[in-house]
Amino acid sequence: MTQTRRLQLKTIPLILISVILGPLGNVFLGKAMKGVGSVSSARILDLVPIASRVLASGYIWLGIVCLLGFFVVHMLLLTWADYSYVQPATSLSYLSIAILSYLVLGEMISPLRWLGVTVICVGVILVGRTSPSTSEAPEHA
Amino acid sequence: MREAVLFFFIVVAGTAGELSVSRAMKGVGEVHDFRPKSILRFVLRSFRLPWMWLGIALMSLAFFSLLAILSFRQVSFVVPVSALSYAAGAFGAKLFLGERISRNRWIGIAMVCLGVTIVWWTRE
Repeated sequence: MTQTRRLQLKTIPLILISVILGPLGNVFLGKAMKGVGSVSSARILDLVPIASRVLASGYIWLGIVCLLGFFVVHMLLLTWADYSYVQPATSLSYLSIAILSYLVLGEMISPLRWLGVTVICVGVILVGRTSPSTSEAPEHA
Repeated sequence: MREAVLFFFIVVAGTAGELSVSRAMKGVGEVHDFRPKSILRFVLRSFRLPWMWLGIALMSLAFFSLLAILSFRQVSFVVPVSALSYAAGAFGAKLFLGERISRNRWIGIAMVCLGVTIVWWTRE
């Protein structure tokens, strides 16, 4: 088994997990923050009551747990794969964020926004088709 | 204006934070063992590195900015726009981690930026 093949075998499943966990976390954060109301001031005194309402929301904690899971998976990936590979590859999550926002939050997504998200994903796929570790291997992209 | 500042924190502080964490993780070494005990030991080891703490501070700033913006904008708008961190990430990885970015990867990053621009037009 080549080095690249071995790396891909453990890299791809972890990327799939992070593609689901990350967006799910953001969707829950969005749900929590919509319940709190628009944050329009940066003054500490104004932020205190908002922060206490945020912390009392169950959804914020659900979101944080998902994002922590995402963070651990992301850290594991970064021990062997380069940042400039991991970041784009895990970001297939831009497609799942659109789907989850529609399904869970009922956000209406215009055709133009779908187009934008799709273009982002095509960009992500182009990036993902290069070797996970660019520092050691000779150029074969 | 408020929106632009928040997006700036999400993209720049978030990317700088991830680069710092990436630098710390490369210092810890490749993970071969996925048992919970080994993973815990590996996480604890990473917390001894200053780069890890710098990364956490920057990512916290990005996180609170994300929360603030989510209070008045749709998730399906905010998250795709924050993909601007691709361009920031590629430049940062090249400058600070010495990673080589191939031409294909640059093309992909350019497409991501195009997609972000399209999503930006859908702002209500």
